[in-house]
Amino acid sequence: MQAPPPVRPRRRGIGWAQRAEIAVLSGPAVLTFLTFVIFPVVLAGYYGFYKWKGYGVPTNFVGLQNYKTILQDSSFHDALLHNGMIVVLSLLIQGPIALGFALMLNQKIRGRSLIRLLIFVPFVISEVIVGTGWSLLLQVSGAVNGILDAIGLGSWKQDWLANPKLAIWTLMVILTWKYIGFAVILFMAGMQNIPEELAEAAAVDGASYWQIQRRITVPLLAPTIRIWGFLSIIGALQLFDLVYIIWGQYVASTAGTSTMVTYMVVEGRNAANYGYGNAVAVVLFVISMIIALVYQRFVLRRDTEGALTDGR
Amino acid sequence: MATITQSRFTPKKGLPWGNPIVYLIALVLIGLMLGPVIYLILGGFRDNSQITVSPAGLPHPWRLGNYTGILQSGVFWRQVGNSTMVALGTTVGVVVIGVMASYVLARYRFRGRGAMYALFAAGLMFPATVAITPLYILVKNLGLVDTLPGVILPQIGFGLPTTIIILVPFLRAIPREIEEAAAIDGCSRLGFFWRMVLRLSVPGLITVGILAFLASWNSYLLPLFLLNNQDTFTLPLGVQAFSSQYSTDTAKVLAFTSLSMLPALLFFSVFERRIVGGLTGAVKG
Repeated sequence: MQAPPPVRPRRRGIGWAQRAEIAVLSGPAVLTFLTFVIFPVVLAGYYGFYKWKGYGVPTNFVGLQNYKTILQDSSFHDALLHNGMIVVLSLLIQGPIALGFALMLNQKIRGRSLIRLLIFVPFVISEVIVGTGWSLLLQVSGAVNGILDAIGLGSWKQDWLANPKLAIWTLMVILTWKYIGFAVILFMAGMQNIPEELAEAAAVDGASYWQIQRRITVPLLAPTIRIWGFLSIIGALQLFDLVYIIWGQYVASTAGTSTMVTYMVVEGRNAANYGYGNAVAVVLFVISMIIALVYQRFVLRRDTEGALTDGR
Repeated sequence: MATITQSRFTPKKGLPWGNPIVYLIALVLIGLMLGPVIYLILGGFRDNSQITVSPAGLPHPWRLGNYTGILQSGVFWRQVGNSTMVALGTTVGVVVIGVMASYVLARYRFRGRGAMYALFAAGLMFPATVAITPLYILVKNLGLVDTLPGVILPQIGFGLPTTIIILVPFLRAIPREIEEAAAIDGCSRLGFFWRMVLRLSVPGLITVGILAFLASWNSYLLPLFLLNNQDTFTLPLGVQAFSSQYSTDTAKVLAFTSLSMLPALLFFSVFERRIVGGLTGAVKG
């Protein structure tokens, strides 16, 4: 760690010293971010106007043709619909379950650190492994159907991955299993910020456990829940790895689990239509942006207002 | 919410056992969360005929060959090494430059602060997937394709938005009074940052550090594009390569996937305790 700078009187207003501090502290992050995130994204926008196979400099300018094709392609409409379902279902399924987990783990009971550790296991495992493992479990001759047979529920056996009526729900189960730990981590960190005195005072006044959770813990956790909601929505819009690993590039659309990003990779990179793929990326970005702005405007406003405007 | 709570009046008692129903629910949940993982690990101890005959059965007899074979191969250990270096590089980079930028965003007033925050927040909407082709070209022009820094640098960039979004509220929650007291004692803003903020934000730093480490450890798409040389493969690429090389040997694939998730699990179980310690120790001190 660096030695602390020499003591000097505090400045008011924004002098050159403060400007220098701001530049030195935020410079590395801004520079890295502009180079490796913003610049490639802008470039993707540029390529989106070209018909480009990925070699050399794109020359075949086609204007908005790529975008027209995307918006008229029914496979893209399907992918968009699936993304929409995944966004809504993730919030509705993961939110309450994670809140329950976090409340349970926030109690002072024996063995809670072990329970907490075990609940996070799926979150820690990589998408490649989760995908590989669940495809083996869920294939027709796999362990899930094997267990159903063994406990006498053989008639419940299903083709969990290929049946288009089921596949999206299978995906939701896997997503919940995989990402619930992230929500629980955030909620529990948020709960640590709630002063214990509030609950203690309420208990002294005769409030029951559930009253305390409903009237104190959950309301004070609301900013954390809203941030989680934001991250969950964005993550759901950009879902790729798991679907691609489990369903592969051909099956996702027939099983009804394709997403905008799998569409982008299949139609863009795999078909060597890089210009088209980049145009899909732009559409995905615009959709994410609109949803994010609406969410920030109407849901996160209370949180970001404090963070950005009042300068407390 | 950001007051320093003094818990010295709460009597410390041993933890009660609590409601048995809570334990029952916890047990069921743990079973659901761990079941598939245990299946993977046990599957690695079986052979293919066992798996075909009874997909949900236990190993009988137990076979160690799948595991010992992989542990004796240099490929697996090289991939563990690559993954470790990429994940450590990414984590250190993201946390160090992320907390510096978050401090500026949380506690300085200047024109353009809102724009800077919005810029990073907008980054949440770009997964690496969106920019993967231009990113590949950029990294190639920098001469970093097939090198580990070629993966680390973009991962730092893409890790910054989450880090900053989580850290800014955290740093803002440090009470104004502490900063004023430090200023009265002659502490500059930078001094306040080095002496107080870093220490008070340890739980937040650990949280974002763990998230960055895991995201990097598990990252699939970026390495897939940027690392083509088998010698530079990270574990997820290794799992993919292994499972296509031995696509008919399910037991071997199960063993390889089980082994490759162990390092992340160990890492997490060590640091999970640190989170708890950090959360109870830092601001409450």
